[in-house]
Amino acid sequence: MIIGQVVGNVTATQKNPRFEGAKLLLVQPLTLDGNPQGDTVLAIDGVDAGVGDRVLVVLEGWSAAHVLRKPGSAVDAAVIGVIDEVELFSRE
Amino acid sequence: MARVIGTVVATVKNPTIEGTKILVLKNIDARRRTYGRAFVAFDSVGCGIGEEVYYVRGREACFPFLPEEVPSDTTIVGIIDRIYGSER
Repeated sequence: MIIGQVVGNVTATQKNPRFEGAKLLLVQPLTLDGNPQGDTVLAIDGVDAGVGDRVLVVLEGWSAAHVLRKPGSAVDAAVIGVIDEVELFSRE
Repeated sequence: MARVIGTVVATVKNPTIEGTKILVLKNIDARRRTYGRAFVAFDSVGCGIGEEVYYVRGREACFPFLPEEVPSDTTIVGIIDRIYGSER
């Protein structure tokens, strides 16, 4: 899983029917220091996260489809938690 | 293989994740030196901070929790005692 920040959401009227009712969040992956790292990810919202929230994102289709509660959907990422705290014990 | 360098506390909706520890890992090589980006994994074997572990990625990462449905793409499945053959 990765840590990211919700930076927006995406709506689409013409789409695969399994996406009916699914909320799509735009998530920017972050380093542990909170800096942007890599490309933004489009993920199914599983926890009603809002823009600005720091979130935990699973990057795997089988899990993402379960979060959407529609197994076999064409999804590959989902937000599964809103992060309250990340505690680091060492950098290495 | 990786070293556990931290923990994540998150509000989750899925009840099955609630009881599962969420840990921050950094990969280690055969000589136990860390490299690359930190990432997050679910724990399925009760490991602690600073321990060296091995993990599974992808869809199989959910299997240690079955029949519980934990949406994971990275799960710790073993705690390393010792790495042999890394002395070279």
